[in-house]
Amino acid sequence: MSARIAILDYGMGNLGSIANMLKRIGAEAIISSSVAEIERADKLILPGVGSFDNGMKNLRALGLVSALNQKVLDKQTPVLGICLGMQLMTKQSEEGNEAGLGWIDAYTVKFQLNGQTTMRIPHMGWNQLRRVRPSSLLEGVPEDAYFYFAHTYAALDAGEAGVALCDHSAPFVAVLEQQNIFATQFHPEKSGPAGAQVLANFVRRAGGKQ
Amino acid sequence: MSLAHRIIPCLDTDGERVVKGVQFVNLRDAGDPAALAARYNIEGADELVVLDIAASRDHRPTFLETIRRVAAELAIPLTAGGGVATVDEGRAILRAGADKLTVNTAAIRNPELLTALAAEFGSQAVVLAIDAKRVDDHWEAFVRGGSVPTGLDAVAWAHQGVECGAGEILVTSMDRDGMRSGFDCALTAAISRVVNVPVIASGGADTPETFLEVFREGRADAALAASIFHDRIQGLGELKRYLGEHSISVRQTG
Repeated sequence: MSARIAILDYGMGNLGSIANMLKRIGAEAIISSSVAEIERADKLILPGVGSFDNGMKNLRALGLVSALNQKVLDKQTPVLGICLGMQLMTKQSEEGNEAGLGWIDAYTVKFQLNGQTTMRIPHMGWNQLRRVRPSSLLEGVPEDAYFYFAHTYAALDAGEAGVALCDHSAPFVAVLEQQNIFATQFHPEKSGPAGAQVLANFVRRAGGKQ
Repeated sequence: MSLAHRIIPCLDTDGERVVKGVQFVNLRDAGDPAALAARYNIEGADELVVLDIAASRDHRPTFLETIRRVAAELAIPLTAGGGVATVDEGRAILRAGADKLTVNTAAIRNPELLTALAAEFGSQAVVLAIDAKRVDDHWEAFVRGGSVPTGLDAVAWAHQGVECGAGEILVTSMDRDGMRSGFDCALTAAISRVVNVPVIASGGADTPETFLEVFREGRADAALAASIFHDRIQGLGELKRYLGEHSISVRQTG
């Protein structure tokens, strides 16, 4: 029986594209904001485009924070954060005042231009990764593959959880893995075949209880 | 390792079908947007832009349906726009499946629209489109599909637009649009110098050399073209191989 995947709908961004991409790789997902659906899910995807505080406020308003904590921290259900979804997993962001979910011991900060006149913010477009630790999300993905990024904030350091970095004015964490917690700062659903492979790895192989 | 320069096919539509013209007039049918989107997705486009150049209010539901059909074909980012004048219209376009939206005429009338869109969706989702034409010693911004002069200096407007919240600039040279005479590198570079957000160059695409020029001399982060891709005059893979061989970072796709 295939895993039951729930994409969290908390009013932040375009969820259809993630469901579309999952369908292409042969996985079915439901898009939901219901606590009951989250409790039933075998795997969770926490997407997100928009601001940090709005993201946390919406999660709280929907009563999802404690359900997520229980699922992810107590039951060890695999979860994949994407873009803002990854940032929400850190303790806090320079973008706002709200506390993050705090699952990862890291902080989200704003990119600094540091007088580099050719540097652009947002970090927008296709970039490559530097792998610094073994990664199950990147299994089978060519070393030189490009991924699509569109963001102004990032976690610069996440200790052991940072498995792949990217560079934009400074190195930042592009892929996080910590037991059952997975996240990408890029958008796998917008990253062509390489992105499809990352999602497939999460669906089929990523650790935690299957 | 660095950010790749993007190659972006553009689908100008009448809301429903892809159309094309020269210097914004003499439009003719150039195919089904979803079919072209599927082709570009496979051929290695880095992003797709879909514009509703008719942008009439009656046609809006048709255009939203077009965005949905196009988005369903893509595993790359989608930018859409045409006639967006309010936050609600922007939301409708993003909900239909676009990742970013373009604004043009309405932003010139009311620059605060950019601020409102950025506050709601984030700067990374707000692309300021500028149609610029050479007038004497500078470039002037035009609106309403390039038919109405605004008196605004295009370069100064780009700078102001970014201050207001735009996260990317799409600059179209009206002098070069559809002419296949090369991008306006001077215009693109002038804008690129005064903003710190990505700049997409449009208008005048022709040979691989013209792309090389706009990335080098024009300091563009991305280059957009329509007919040379629609008519298969230029293949995406071949173009990217050429750029790679000339030390321009691009995402090679097989």
